[in-house]
Amino acid sequence: MVHAAKASHIGGCLSMADILAVLYTRILRIDPAEPQSPSRDRFVLSKGHATAIMYATLAECGFFSLAELDTYCRDGSIFTGHVSHAVPGVEVSTGSLGHGLPIAIGMALAARSTGAGSRVFCLLSDGECDEGSNWEGILFAPHHKLDNLCVVVDFNKIQSFGSVAEVLNLDPFAEKWKAFGWQVEEIDGHDLAALERVLGAAPAASGRPTVVIAHTVKGKGVSFMENKLEWHYRSPSDELLARALAEVGA
Amino acid sequence: MRTTFIESLSQAASENPDIWLLCGDLGYSVLEPFAAKFPDRYLNVGVAEQNMAGIAAGIALSGKTVFIYSIGNFPTLRCLEQLRNDVCYHGADVKVVAVGAGYAYGSQGYTHHALEDAGIMSMLPGIEVFVPCDPMEVRAATRLIATSGKPSYLRLSRAGEPNLGAAVTDLRKPRLLRPGREIVILASGPIASRALEAAGELAGRGKDVGVVSVSCLKPLDEAAIRDAVRDAALIVTLEEHILRGGLFSLVAAAFAGDTQRPPIVGIGIPEQGGKTSSAGSREALLDAAGLSAAAIVARIEQSLAKR
Repeated sequence: MVHAAKASHIGGCLSMADILAVLYTRILRIDPAEPQSPSRDRFVLSKGHATAIMYATLAECGFFSLAELDTYCRDGSIFTGHVSHAVPGVEVSTGSLGHGLPIAIGMALAARSTGAGSRVFCLLSDGECDEGSNWEGILFAPHHKLDNLCVVVDFNKIQSFGSVAEVLNLDPFAEKWKAFGWQVEEIDGHDLAALERVLGAAPAASGRPTVVIAHTVKGKGVSFMENKLEWHYRSPSDELLARALAEVGA
Repeated sequence: MRTTFIESLSQAASENPDIWLLCGDLGYSVLEPFAAKFPDRYLNVGVAEQNMAGIAAGIALSGKTVFIYSIGNFPTLRCLEQLRNDVCYHGADVKVVAVGAGYAYGSQGYTHHALEDAGIMSMLPGIEVFVPCDPMEVRAATRLIATSGKPSYLRLSRAGEPNLGAAVTDLRKPRLLRPGREIVILASGPIASRALEAAGELAGRGKDVGVVSVSCLKPLDEAAIRDAVRDAALIVTLEEHILRGGLFSLVAAAFAGDTQRPPIVGIGIPEQGGKTSSAGSREALLDAAGLSAAAIVARIEQSLAKR
């Protein structure tokens, strides 16, 4: 998709691919035949730039055909370069960072009030944890005991213009969440069994929201993309695409 | 206005169990009756307007109608992008209610003066914007937005505003406060009371002056406004807001394509970039900004003399 559309953000797509795979095949109670069911679990993608992997996941889950992905970023397509709620299965459009968590909190509050039993999952990037709006939400959710909310941070250590450590260091990251009152789980974000264990256990603590800090590798699975800032921006050439596909066994 | 708003909202909430109210840690001595009556649908989110707007969108996208309440610039400018993306782009049923229109917070100073809010809110896609001039219009506006199903902005002043005219029949249309044909003053907000004062003064000088409240800025009912000014030799707009983006801009744009039209005089608050604001009551600040009844009379007489 990214190659065909000459689009970007493949690095951040690959870092969260395993997270989405586990969420959409093992965790989320959703039904492509009834995408608006009031009792469905919600998934809010806050890192809305990582949209190719989001659309691909939804296609694999049957929300629409794989063939429709060929229109990604093309003229007139609903598949825009930042995630769009025009696409079946997408709850909200995002792209400006720091918006997803407050929306997810609102959904969690509403779900609790109606007793629908829905859980709300929200995927943040590490770079967007620079946004103050996220910290407003991080302060709010434990105060209101939102234990039907689970945040996953795709902690790939590289943001738009440098490493997280250099641009605006988040460490000690887990301790910050703990101090705000969250149940914190820290795992290898490419360990499928670990992802299934912690996400399947959500809500992990009664009366507290859960955050899963998933340590990931930007560009995971493609040797020449791994941990390279440039793959936040570049689109692979024909040759590099062939090499990448061979490496991931596609 | 604040009290009328919360009474009207409480009434609407007693009829509709899906109405929620969020505030950004403001609303002391105003919101308590709602909080006491509907504790499960009231939330003080803290001093965090971006979070408040996003939460409101999330609740609304779950099928609710959500009001968010704070002072002037806080639930509007502070969280503008959340209103644009999370609320308006999704068509989420969120109502932004701001108290302290224009100079209502007088001596509190510049940060608490809401001078650009109505224009900025009007620019958001799909939102409806209401600037009521008196408690009767506040009641009608609250009822209307509670059931409209659309993102909305309600701009309130503070407390103690008098009713300025007869009952409101259709808030979306201009409301006649004083009949008169030769000069028509279109006013939005409680500043309309000064339009009435000025009209009375001009009447004493032999002029035939009408005053019309335009509380629905968006969508602006252009046909009804044309009808309200159909015989006017001079159209005046009056607002407690800068001219750019507010009532004057909207009316001027509506008439821009007309080859035969009377002059349109815009009276509003001057832009204040780079200059400090003085302390003062709302009334004193309005006077200093050229919005006293006497100054309005003088502007109109100058405009008549130029014709």
